[in-house]
Amino acid sequence: MTDLTPVLSATWGLDRSWNFDTYAAHGGYEAATKALTMDKADIIQAVKDSGLRGRGGAGFPTGMKWGFLPEPDGGPRYLVVNADESEPGACKDVPTMMASPHTVIEGMIITAFAIGCDHAFIYVRGEVVHVYRRLMKAVAEARDNGWLGKDIKGTGFNLEITVHAGAGAYICGEETALLDSLEGRRGQPRLKPPFPAVAGLYARPTVVNNVESIASVPPIIAKGVDWFASMGTEKSKGMGFFSLSGHVKRPGQYEAPLGITARELIEMAGGMREGHELKFWTPGGSSTPIFTDEHLDTPLDYESVGAAGSMLGTRSLQIFDETTCVVRAVERWTHFYKHESCGKCTPCREGTYWLELIMRRLEAGQGTMADIQQLLDTCDSIAGRAFCALGDAATAPIISSVEYFREEYVRHVTEGGCPFDRAAAALFDYDSAPEEAHA
Amino acid sequence: MTYDESTAKQLSKDAAEIIGRYPVRRSALLPLLHLVQSVDGYVSPDGVQFCADQLELSSAEVSAVATFYTQYKRRPNGEYQVGVCTNTLCAVMGGDEIWRQLSERVGAGHDETTPDGKISLERIECNAACDYAPVMMINWEFFDNMTPETALQLVDDILAGKDLVPTRGADRVVSFKETSRVLAGFEDGRADEGVSAGAPSLAGIETAKQQGWKGQDK
Repeated sequence: MTDLTPVLSATWGLDRSWNFDTYAAHGGYEAATKALTMDKADIIQAVKDSGLRGRGGAGFPTGMKWGFLPEPDGGPRYLVVNADESEPGACKDVPTMMASPHTVIEGMIITAFAIGCDHAFIYVRGEVVHVYRRLMKAVAEARDNGWLGKDIKGTGFNLEITVHAGAGAYICGEETALLDSLEGRRGQPRLKPPFPAVAGLYARPTVVNNVESIASVPPIIAKGVDWFASMGTEKSKGMGFFSLSGHVKRPGQYEAPLGITARELIEMAGGMREGHELKFWTPGGSSTPIFTDEHLDTPLDYESVGAAGSMLGTRSLQIFDETTCVVRAVERWTHFYKHESCGKCTPCREGTYWLELIMRRLEAGQGTMADIQQLLDTCDSIAGRAFCALGDAATAPIISSVEYFREEYVRHVTEGGCPFDRAAAALFDYDSAPEEAHA
Repeated sequence: MTYDESTAKQLSKDAAEIIGRYPVRRSALLPLLHLVQSVDGYVSPDGVQFCADQLELSSAEVSAVATFYTQYKRRPNGEYQVGVCTNTLCAVMGGDEIWRQLSERVGAGHDETTPDGKISLERIECNAACDYAPVMMINWEFFDNMTPETALQLVDDILAGKDLVPTRGADRVVSFKETSRVLAGFEDGRADEGVSAGAPSLAGIETAKQQGWKGQDK
């Protein structure tokens, strides 16, 4: 059994864990103190050597991202923390910022210092007002304690942090859409290249990192590269959150070395709910192809999950038991992608519209056998042809569910309806007879 | 511009503070739209013009942005924005049934407001709390592990004028307008209210403790 390794979550259970004093009393800001005495290049090298890869889903090496910034030209350089956590299944950054916002602030101070940035931003989704309160307070506390402002701790380093609330748009988690949104525009992705490292916020060199990536920087600096690299697998180093949700007994946040398996995690979560068995699960949120019980022993690292046909993504394990209709589940995800498509490119805008129509009639028992093939054909017209990853993501649950559960799609057609009782999947008892009100 | 003198004065003062947070003026647009909602309860035509004037944009440019984001409301919003997550995981765990019963009780559908202006209902997408499913958000505060009974009780409490207490959030839910002001970046002194984390957020550290795993304590 792989041990859990609570690092970022270690202080979450403490009284007023979000306060500066609590954080500082448990080793907080020691890493920043150390970093300000270090050579900037050494900080970047340490993060490179640690093997830390982006925790927001794409898994790009964090230190390498920093290293892509051009030489300083005297103009501004920006750090933007992507706190727009909205991937269905992802629920790790929000509790991090709620319980321990200073982890993020400290990581930002170290990162900003390393890359030569004096104004950093946190772009937090707008639908979590209490998280926004905690972040604003943490910034104020950090300033009161001399960690933000001018000439920080007498080093000559200046830093301001602006906490910015979004306004409800999943696509703003895509880093260039986030930058457009932060510039006060519709959140639509930009053509790359140029990448943000060269021309990001206000067309200046910019690093965009996920909350958990940034929060992982202080422990790397404080405890060392070897400590971090001792966890995980050869190419997927360190610890990370595994967010378990759905039909397990104890859903929640499990911080573990990369490479742990779903079997181990589900066991830690008390197993499936009583009397039920696993049917399908997402390894990294709804944008990653679904897995079944045959993937329970796949190490949850970037390489192994990829080799098994999915992606590690945000390590968001949404777990469904045998009471769940996979067509219903995928229909709802498909609605989500249609709803969140920004409209910039045709394959995604039009494609997700048609996918939802077809999924909806299949789930309602009004589809045909040809619809199943039409779904796959439409996916083929989107995947790899959309402007950003949202289009690809929309096809992932469809293609994988047809692969593993084609007979269930067929049953919806041949039986003229959904063969599942929705009430059986719910966590509370109710009479499923009344027709569902669809607004 | 139809804001009265004191409102216009306060808005201008707040806008100046917001604009001052950014190196480039236009970045202030999203918080300014939240600010407008904190006064008008939605993105009003006056509010659009106000933002345009502040940022030297056309009203068309401001509207184009406002209509992109779901949190900006195009009609006067209810005092309580009641959202039920009906994305896949919450829907399967019971969110669909909660929505059905709630919608029936309130007498409103998605993106509709009750005639008394109390409640706006919304089917929301994933709100990053899947380990607390089924989830509801009221004025963007968390209501975790909901059932139809607890959901209907919340509506009854709203109609009875009682305070609502989020599972993880401030001591009570503030109004839609007050929430919008916080989202515009104005602290309301409630950051220290509420819990640090709910049980699912602590599940991993509790398990590690029980197993005697030292982990990698920071």
